[in-house]
Amino acid sequence: MFEPFQYEFFVRGLIAATMVGGLCGLLGVYIVLRRMSYIGHGLSHAIFGGAVVSFVMSFNFYIGASIWGFASALLINATTRRRPTIGADAAIGIITTASFALGVALISRTSTFTRSFDAALFGNILAVDNRDLYAIAAVAGFTIIAVFFSYRQLLFTTFDPDVARYYGVPTGWIDTLFSLILAAVVVVSLQVMGATLIAAAIVVPPIVARLLTDSFHRMVAISTGLGAFCGLAGIWISYFIDVSSGASIVLLATAFFGAAMLYASVRDRLANAVPTAARG
Amino acid sequence: MLHPSAHDLGPDQAIIELRNLTCGYGRDVVLNDVSLRIAEGDFVGLLGPSGSGKTTLLRALLGGTTVHSGEVAVYGRTLNGDVPRVGYVPQLETVDWNFPVTVEQVVMMGRAMEGGPFPWNRSADRDRAREILERLGIGDLAKRHIRQLSGGQQQRVFLARALISSPKLLLLDEPTAGVDIKTRDDLLHLLDELNHQGVTVIMTTHELNAVAAHLAWVVCINGEIVAEGAPSDVFTPEILKRTYGAEMPIIKYQGLTLVGEQPHTIGRHEGVHAAGDRRATARPKTGAGDV
Ligand SMILES: Nc1ncnc2c1ncn2[C@@H]1O[C@H](COP(=O)(O)OP(=O)(O)O)[C@@H](O)[C@H]1O
Ligand SMILES: [Mg+2]
Repeated sequence: MFEPFQYEFFVRGLIAATMVGGLCGLLGVYIVLRRMSYIGHGLSHAIFGGAVVSFVMSFNFYIGASIWGFASALLINATTRRRPTIGADAAIGIITTASFALGVALISRTSTFTRSFDAALFGNILAVDNRDLYAIAAVAGFTIIAVFFSYRQLLFTTFDPDVARYYGVPTGWIDTLFSLILAAVVVVSLQVMGATLIAAAIVVPPIVARLLTDSFHRMVAISTGLGAFCGLAGIWISYFIDVSSGASIVLLATAFFGAAMLYASVRDRLANAVPTAARG
Repeated sequence: MLHPSAHDLGPDQAIIELRNLTCGYGRDVVLNDVSLRIAEGDFVGLLGPSGSGKTTLLRALLGGTTVHSGEVAVYGRTLNGDVPRVGYVPQLETVDWNFPVTVEQVVMMGRAMEGGPFPWNRSADRDRAREILERLGIGDLAKRHIRQLSGGQQQRVFLARALISSPKLLLLDEPTAGVDIKTRDDLLHLLDELNHQGVTVIMTTHELNAVAAHLAWVVCINGEIVAEGAPSDVFTPEILKRTYGAEMPIIKYQGLTLVGEQPHTIGRHEGVHAAGDRRATARPKTGAGDV
């Protein structure tokens, strides 16, 4: 059972997936509560385009993809804020799939590819090296510090951005900071989760947490913990059943979602069976 | 009964001054050429039909609209995109009731900028939150989710969030919408009490008799300021017609100026026979069918 731990690549992948899972779970809380779930999907596809572009131009992957991702995130934020009549989600769909298509087009044009882009699409922990591990750790450290020190402002901005502004919260800065963190997290997640599965890693843990609690603080703790656990256990399971790491992480999280749905419906049925005298 | 406030203070005591303000959202104009002065200690009702720009006027005082021309000054400072620190209670229908926050967590949002750099609350702030919730009569609900409360209790939660920073100016958007008569009266008396302690109160309402008739000073809005003054002066058929676009007769009752309605007959009005049948079904029942 502990046999895979003798392989260095497995331990690296395990650490990477745990950190990435926790990060996605943490940011996912804010994304889901702002009803911007499609952002994870859009952003990961946009960043895939950025990754290919930086590869073709022989530019550092992390720097190139981060700049590309941050620009996309800002663009998405601006579009959401403006609430155009065409609908923000439609505009985002166009921006991000165009970026994705650009990546695909470049791959099909360039015949001299030495590197597999399967990892960027579906995730592959075998490809995680020490440099990737340091990048993930750096992003995790920055995210934790930023969320810790802007926790109250971030909560208010997520709950009601208009009113938060009237209470003096610099919501513009908070949004920009959040976009920056989100882009960085998606970039470092690309190798572990893959562009096609990041959205699920961002959305599923917070929804499970929401089903289990009505308290914001607890939701943050549960979602982060669950994301990290699914990363860890997902990689472990993937070793034994030989499926891609991203898929196994997401399927595990989805199993938790099913269990949480079941739990919530049983709980609500029990609560409704007793007259709600506590209301009032 | 709410007291009449001293609205006739000198010109330099105005804490809010709108000078020929035309504002809206982006290119849309909602309020046209609005001039208004509000003095320290006033209790003012902004009155108008739905869509008349009441919320927009409050947002203008908070720096939340696009100013096309004119000026807004709050506490003598002209707003240039900056936000004055006042207590603001938004309309409850704008709240996301599925958001996972407890009463206490909402109240602590009022200290988002002053509560220190850490995620947890200072004990002084926690004590203050408890004290305000007690005072508003919802001290035992601190750990509840906001959806699990009645309309009046929800209103108090958001009032508590505004009060936790002890503002001198309180802006409330439709605080009496959707609550029952007793809750509404309690709320108005609470605001009156705060007003007596020196807090300037500005609230919007679309309810004429239920709310506006009891206030000392009302401003009638319909994309512009139609009139302002005490309800006894402002409630005239002519002004109300220009505000609401409907004919409304005036009734004086126990010192209050109330607004009546044109009688309408809507729906079927049956003859004696049908009325007799209805009386039969409306008769008080006893026994098994009684609930
Ligand atoms: N955020 C907004 N963006 C654009 N238009 C708005 C916005 N909020 C309100 N409006 C428009 O401004 C007008 C006045 O709205 P509002 O101030 O909310 O009226 P009231 O509060 O009196 O019901 C309405 O026509 C409304 O459609
Ligand atoms: Mg309104």
